[in-house]
This record gives sequence, structure tokens and C-alpha cells, in this order.
Amino acid sequence: MDSSTVALSVILVIVLISSIVGMYAGSRYKMDLEQWTVAGRGFGLVFVWLLMAGEVYTTFAFLGASGWAYSRGAPTLYIMAYLTLAYVFSFYFLPQIWEIGKKFSMQTQSDFFRQRYGSKNLAAFASLVGVVFIIPYLQLQLTGLGIIVEVSGFGGISRATAILIAFALVAAFVFVSGVRAVAWISVIKDFLMLFAAFFIGIGLPYMYFGGIGEMFTALINAKPAHLILPGSTKTMGQSWYVSTVLLTSFGFYMWPHLFSAAFTAKNNNTLRRNAVIMPLYTITMPLIFLVGFTAIMVVPGLSNGDLALLTIVRQSYPAWFMGIIGAAGALTAMVPAAILILAAATLFAKNFYREMFAPNMTDEQVEKLARVMVIVITLIALYFAIYSSTTLVNLLLLGYAGVTQFLPGVLFGLYWGRVTKKGVFTGLVVGIAVVAYLVLTKQDPFFGINAGFVALCINFAATVIVSLSTQAEPNRFDEEPAVAVKK
Amino acid sequence: MHKPTMGAVLVGLVPFLAMCISVPLWDRIYPFVFGLPFNIFWIVLWILLTPICMFIAYRIERKKIDATESAGKGGVQHG
Repeated sequence: MDSSTVALSVILVIVLISSIVGMYAGSRYKMDLEQWTVAGRGFGLVFVWLLMAGEVYTTFAFLGASGWAYSRGAPTLYIMAYLTLAYVFSFYFLPQIWEIGKKFSMQTQSDFFRQRYGSKNLAAFASLVGVVFIIPYLQLQLTGLGIIVEVSGFGGISRATAILIAFALVAAFVFVSGVRAVAWISVIKDFLMLFAAFFIGIGLPYMYFGGIGEMFTALINAKPAHLILPGSTKTMGQSWYVSTVLLTSFGFYMWPHLFSAAFTAKNNNTLRRNAVIMPLYTITMPLIFLVGFTAIMVVPGLSNGDLALLTIVRQSYPAWFMGIIGAAGALTAMVPAAILILAAATLFAKNFYREMFAPNMTDEQVEKLARVMVIVITLIALYFAIYSSTTLVNLLLLGYAGVTQFLPGVLFGLYWGRVTKKGVFTGLVVGIAVVAYLVLTKQDPFFGINAGFVALCINFAATVIVSLSTQAEPNRFDEEPAVAVKK
Repeated sequence: MHKPTMGAVLVGLVPFLAMCISVPLWDRIYPFVFGLPFNIFWIVLWILLTPICMFIAYRIERKKIDATESAGKGGVQHG
């Protein structure tokens, strides 16, 4: 058998087994909206950990992080810092969100806005913003998957075919088992990721340089500035590092799919304990960076840094091993994609369509519509991924900075009684407008500071000023939940 | 809704100080520690120390929550 057949068979077997596990995961449960979106709020510590880790370690962690280490150097350190700090930050508001979510049977981020501010327009707007920013993120997963399968399959299968097969599988298991599928597939994915990260992260520096210290010494001799900020970039200095770490660690759980993952927990203590142990999972990231740093000297001159990890693994290990790395990579695209699709479909069906056009829809009808939307959203992202444009990365940066603008509405919603819906609405619109302007006119970083962070500060200021100059509103989290909500 | 205690918030600030704001103090290559340039070593070290900080924050929160819960039970009978 040639290399391509071996590697592709390994990938296919692992991906198929995972998909079957995913479909089977939900088969013991009657799938209503609550079960499909938040697993009936029944996940304990292990499953919440798996789900959240599954959502976090996307193709960006796999290809992008090593790619940044390869082409930019020290700025890549921000990834380890922000992931760790995002969990720290979550300790102080996710358990509270869970408590409110339990009280009012919430399933999505927009449900939170709807209840707190009592405005269907604000909730519908928030859901639309969420869906719009999820699509480029999803598209990135698809494109990443295409690259991974193409390279690790030694070119035996085209990018478009790989994307099509993988996403038919993703749509199928999300359609059938909802969020339970994602948590179970994460088990396989995390195991493969850990194995891959330890094996190649430590193995490659030893293979080519005889040790990690030796590899770094060689790297410093070849590129003295690569390992301290701003590395091999011109704009990513220390102020960029601080503002970016703050922005991304604050904004992390503002992604609608990560926000609603909090609702799957059995109780809020699970989320507190999760925040204590989650940072340890970040330890796989430095291992991935070691691969990127080693690749600088072993496979120099790649035009696309994202290919560094796959290229060095392909030339250093046998085909079956490439297959395992390829499968791990494919799952790091499929798992987050699944949860992104799930979140976007629910947001659209429940918080946009029902809110704006069909207030009489029952939860059952919402769930049916959401399942149809799974297929529609997958097709939209597929279209973008296959006829992909070069502005993809821009869209993603815009997405991260964009969803972070939800932060004032969420934090003030929990902790500041004086905030009003007009304040939050204004802050959100202003924040997104500033982000869009700065990013699209290529002024990011803005005077050395992350544009999203600039926008977030303006957003906070606008929210406070407008809230204080409008009439005080009751905190609708203090109300008793309406029992009749479930139609 | 239980609001975070001040003590727990202060402990949570420690990783933010160590990994983020203090970057000018540790963004350097030498000395190497365990074969890692100093800045990379520092970040990895704090990945390991952060769960300890959060465990302390967790204990502080738990103490407060348990105290409020038992106080609540004394006052109001739970059905």
C-alpha cells in the first residue's frame, strides 16, 4: 500500500468510529429542545470539561498556534496566557449565569439578554450578531479540515471532497444527538490530541537537535529576535500582548456556543471546579509551539505558516502516524464545528425567528426548525469554505473582537442594577461599529493596542453613560419565572 | 444569586498580573530554565500555578456559599 492509502484509511476509520459514537450518544435520550441544546442540564465535571475542552481546541489551536510560532514567534505566547486567564475569569461569572439560566430555563445567550432586559429586539439583534460571527469561525474550521486531510492524506483526496464528507458526518451527528454527540466525540479527540501533542512536541526537537534546549539555542542563533516580543512582526509588541490577552480572555465566553455550554452543567459548583482544573489543559499548547519552532529550521521558507506542523510531521514520521495526526486534526475541526452549528441553529430558530416572526411557536416546533437550520447553516459555511476568499482571517479577527462586545451587557446584567437596555443596545452597536471600522480599514493594532480592546473600552463607556442618562429599569432576573413559558 | 467574594476576586487577579500585565518584567530569553527561554518557561510555570490560585479562590467561595446556605436553612424551612 502506498503512503496515501495508509494515511487516508487511518483517518477515515478514526473519523467514522467517532461519528458513530456521536450518533449513539444521544440514542438513549428522548430529544426535546432542552436535551438537544443543553443535555437536560445533566453534565457533571468530566463532561463539562470534555465539552469545553472540545470547543476550545479548534483547528486554530492545532494549525494556527504552530503556524504563529513558525512565522511570528513570541506573539504566539498570547495564546497560552489568554486560554489560562479565560478560565480564571469564567470562575467569576459562569456559575452565576448557570444559576440564572436554571431559574429561567435558558438555552442560549440571547435568552439571557431577553430575560434581563425584557426586550425582544435586543435579544433578536444579539442572536443575529452571534450567528453572523459564528459563520466565519465555522468556515475556518471547514477550510482547516480541508487542508489537514489533503496534506496528511498525501494529496490522495481533494480538499473539497474531504470537506464534504466530514461535514455530512458533522451535520448528521448534530442532527441526531445534539450536544451529547459533541461531548462524547471530544473524548476521542482529546485523547488523540494529547497523544499527538506529547509525541511530536517532545519528539521532533529531539529528532533534529537532540533536545529542547538545543533546539532553542539553534533557533536563537539563527533568528535572535524571534523569541521576544514583537517577534518577527512589526506591530505585536508588549502593549499589543497585554491588550490582546485581556480582550480575548474577557471575550472568550462571550462566544454564544461557549456561553451556552455553561447551561449543560448539572450545578454551578461543577463550573467552579471546572474553572480550577481547566487551565491545566493549556499545557498541550507549549508542546504544539515546540513543533512550530522546530519547523523554522527543518522546513524553512513555507509561504503559509499554518502548514508548518503538517509538513514537518509528514517528512519525519511514517504514513500511519501521519494518519493519526490527520485524524486528530480532522476531529479538532469537526467537534468545534458541531457545537458552532448547534449554537447558530438554536439562536436563529429560537431567538430570531420565533421572537420576530412566529411568537406562537412551541418548543417542539423550534427544535424542528433548529434541526433544519443545522443543514442550512452547514451548507452556507460549506459554500464559503469551498469558494473561499482571502479575507477569511480578517473575518475571524472581526468575529473575536465582535462577540466580545457582548461583555458589558452580560457583566452589568449580572452585577450592576442600574444598567438599562438602551445602554446595552448603544454599547453593543457602538462597539461593533468601532471594531468593524478599525479592522476593515486595517488599523488593527490601533497605536499598538488591539482594536477589539479599544472598541470594548468605548463600549463600556457608552453603556455606562447611556444607562445613567436613561430611566432606571427593574432587574428582570429578580422576577419569578413564568411557568407558562413552555408551550 | 451568589456574588463572588472580594477575597476570591483578589486571588483571581494574581494570574492576570503574572501572565499578562507584568510582561515587560519577564519577556526575555535568558536565563534558560529546563531548556526553555525564560518567557516561555514563565508562562508554562503559571499554567501550572494558576490552578493552585483558583483552588484557593474556590475554597474561599465554598466557605461563603456554605455559610449562607446553612444560615438560610436556619431562617426559612425548605420544603
